[in-house]
Amino acid sequence: MTAPLDNAVTLKHTPDDKPLLGFWIYLMTDCLLFASLFATYIVLHNNTYGGPGGSELFDMPSILVETLILLTSSFTCGLAMIAVRQRSIKHTLFWIGFTFVLGVIFLFMELTEFKHLIAEGNSWHRSGFLSSFFTLVGTHGLHIAIGLLWLLVMGWKLIKQGFTINTIRRLTLFSMFWHFLDIIWIFIFTFVYLIGALQL
Amino acid sequence: MKKINSPSRHIISYSIGFLSSIILTVIAYAVVVHDVFTDFWSPAAIAIILAVLASLQLVIQLLFFLHLGDEEKPRWKLLSFIFAFIILGIVVFGSLWIMFDLNARMMMSPEDMIKYMNRQTGL
Repeated sequence: MTAPLDNAVTLKHTPDDKPLLGFWIYLMTDCLLFASLFATYIVLHNNTYGGPGGSELFDMPSILVETLILLTSSFTCGLAMIAVRQRSIKHTLFWIGFTFVLGVIFLFMELTEFKHLIAEGNSWHRSGFLSSFFTLVGTHGLHIAIGLLWLLVMGWKLIKQGFTINTIRRLTLFSMFWHFLDIIWIFIFTFVYLIGALQL
Repeated sequence: MKKINSPSRHIISYSIGFLSSIILTVIAYAVVVHDVFTDFWSPAAIAIILAVLASLQLVIQLLFFLHLGDEEKPRWKLLSFIFAFIILGIVVFGSLWIMFDLNARMMMSPEDMIKYMNRQTGL
């Protein structure tokens, strides 16, 4: 029965931990959302209904570039957090802007890929494989789009308000969100694109 | 080491994470696209290698980007991560097990299916 008391003491000493932990638990539930989409994809990935499979559709070099861009944006997001620790508005804005531009390029490349697939008649109507593909990759893209919107609001708030408890906390939450999306993308890159290109 | 909060330590931490992630990504890409192992390994073995590379990158990014290792004593983040990971395993492997098992049962020829059903009902 001593455990709840211990928690209360710890949380009192570090009041900032509570929202961070809450957001972390949200990320874990989001992880489960992606887990079910991954399971759906793996179950359906051979159901091409006579249509093309992954190895015929994916343009691997551009997928590698996308992956490296998202990875770099995760890194620049970390550099922005270092600038936040040093309370340097200029550096923070610079690295946030860098992260934002890389995120936009990533999203643009992904949407271009989708546009090509749909233009060639391989949209989500085509087969079970493509339905699950668009759902999984599209959900990740939607998260990225929301993250970019969040980043835009944070940049504006930083210019308006500077470093307050709220802006610092929200930037910390954003960096967790962005690193999390990068981890999800590693698994999309591996299980959807690389293993898809293997022709199992 | 936890107590030192200098910016250079953080830069080093992020740089290690970034560089090793790039290396692992490029290795995984080369294995598939440049057919590094396809002559002497089966696609299934390569798929396992890719899964291992992705898991390595997961651990690296958890440690160096999300700083899961720096957490203080009641490790709630780590605990909730492990919990989510267990549920994730049940969801993914449970779904695959059930669906591929069903597939295997449905792939019989009509004659085999009748035999199988007769056997099941004890006729």
